[in-house]
Amino acid sequence: MRSILTIYRKELSDHFSSNKFLILLSLIYIAGLSSTYVALTNIREAAGSLDEHVFLYLFTTGGDVLPSFITFISFFIPIIGIIFGFDAINSERNSGNLSRILSQPIYRDSLINGKFLAGVTTLGIIIASIVFIISGIGLFSIGVPPNTEEILRIFFFIFICIFYGGFWMGLSILFSVIMEKTAASILTAIAIWIFLMFFLPIIANAVANSMAPVTDSSSFSEIARNYNIENAISKISPATLFSESIMVILIPLGGNILFNSVSYLQSYSMLQSGEMKLNPLSLGQSLLQVWPQLVVIVALAIICFAISYIIFMRQEIRST
Amino acid sequence: MNDNNNLIISKNLSKKYDRHLAVDNLNISIKKGEIFGLLGPNGAGKSTIILMMLGLTEPTSGSINIGGFNSTREPLKVKRITGYLPEKVGFYEDMSAIGNLFYTAELNNIPYREIPKKIDEALEMVSLSKNKNQPVRTFSKGMKQRLGIADVLIKDPRLIIFDEPTEGLDVKVANQILQTILDLNTRKNITFLLSSHQLNLVQRVCSQVGILSKGKLINQGSVESLGRQLFGGGKYRIELELEKVTDEIIEKLNKLDGVVSVTRTDNQLKVVCDKDIRQDISRIISGEGTLLTRMDIKQDALEEIYLKYFKEE
Repeated sequence: MRSILTIYRKELSDHFSSNKFLILLSLIYIAGLSSTYVALTNIREAAGSLDEHVFLYLFTTGGDVLPSFITFISFFIPIIGIIFGFDAINSERNSGNLSRILSQPIYRDSLINGKFLAGVTTLGIIIASIVFIISGIGLFSIGVPPNTEEILRIFFFIFICIFYGGFWMGLSILFSVIMEKTAASILTAIAIWIFLMFFLPIIANAVANSMAPVTDSSSFSEIARNYNIENAISKISPATLFSESIMVILIPLGGNILFNSVSYLQSYSMLQSGEMKLNPLSLGQSLLQVWPQLVVIVALAIICFAISYIIFMRQEIRST
Repeated sequence: MNDNNNLIISKNLSKKYDRHLAVDNLNISIKKGEIFGLLGPNGAGKSTIILMMLGLTEPTSGSINIGGFNSTREPLKVKRITGYLPEKVGFYEDMSAIGNLFYTAELNNIPYREIPKKIDEALEMVSLSKNKNQPVRTFSKGMKQRLGIADVLIKDPRLIIFDEPTEGLDVKVANQILQTILDLNTRKNITFLLSSHQLNLVQRVCSQVGILSKGKLINQGSVESLGRQLFGGGKYRIELELEKVTDEIIEKLNKLDGVVSVTRTDNQLKVVCDKDIRQDISRIISGEGTLLTRMDIKQDALEEIYLKYFKEE
């Protein structure tokens, strides 16, 4: 255990003193503070018509030019995860440090565990710090303190972000274990991220349109089938699962129907006509709603890390 | 051989990768305080043996014990008493020499209050005290190699495994490294296992050598004893070329003190002896009235022994 802590401390100090940490932190702070400015402007304009969860709008409100904080964070978390994991093992091997470190009286898994934990902690600190800064600015600007449920929702949001980042870190550590060159491991991880983030939705849409084409004369069930197919394919991507989770957690009023296309279709006309009125979900209901998504995100993070762990434990450590 | 005198004992050690037998039934014992050279061409199995010693790969069969601990079952105990310096030793380049050694000390569970003293001692031993606060990226290859020695000294090892200790170093630095090895061996009674291709350097420091070929230990012993086995005894071989060889010359040479054998090939003689008797030989030949056209002396060299074994590889 002591060796894990030693490695953890060293890795943490390496991350905090690295240029990549400073660059990522600056980017996220710039993005977070810009989106907060936009959110605050919109919140002030719509102050009268907002529901009781005003504080959470800081994170979910965007503008015409700048998207919301959660949109930014959905984009940045995979990058942070990949950046802090892609060279975890192969850089140690290439620099000749791996055999020297593993010839010390430590178990081999201490190294990969210490590195993973340090990466996740760094990610957690980045996310938590910007969330707390936004909260502080919000508190100062709006003048309304968050209630307990909002505070809990913010903490759940941070935890979901950490697990989602943990998945990307686990994936990039896996590539750093398998691949000799750091360039290859980062490129592979980024290629997967681009595919899941940008291409999978296009593929999902194309598949849905070919399996259940929608025309102007399509019935509700045909449209629903198209939406369901697209939804099911999109759910392969952890990015989709993450977006759905944070929407439900941070948007108690209607966040749950935003990602559920069929519910959205069913509700849309009723909401428009005023036949139906939305009620915010309680925190318990929100968690129940996103439970499957959360379980899959956590499972994916564990699976990725477990695979890298097993491969690393079986690898032969040669100095050349 | 008494097991108490041996630091390393391997019994029927084998390692197989798919169909390739990297180490084949290795039985080796290395005494405490010895400097042992493990020799063999690339792919002979040297690195695999070192990995098995450190518990970094498991043997397919057999066992290897270091200081009484089984490397496969008790790798941490083995690594606690064994320092390993790989051929391509790496350090965290942005960290100082002290920073790197401190990290190693922490991984070895050395109490915090003892670490600075141990680091100072280790750096002093390798003459790097002046550079202790410099980042490692500013170090030359020789300095890094010396820092590597300091790194393994932090844990007060009983055994140091050195993979190609002088590879890529200039003669002066290589000599410094070898001198450090000899000093540590003498002053701290540390056992060394050196794996190297630079045979002349190995010969200078190793008291025993093991010759590996295709995963098999084909011979083990001192350079002298291996030479004696291969070349028929005697430490020196003097080759002579005469204008005319007579039976009287051969008889007189055979009677010289220290001569083991004299063999003739046409006008050439090969004298195997225990000491340098070139002056006596010259005297006999001039006394016989014949002309000595060439005389070479060769000591049992590891290089010759090595070439003899690996001529065909």
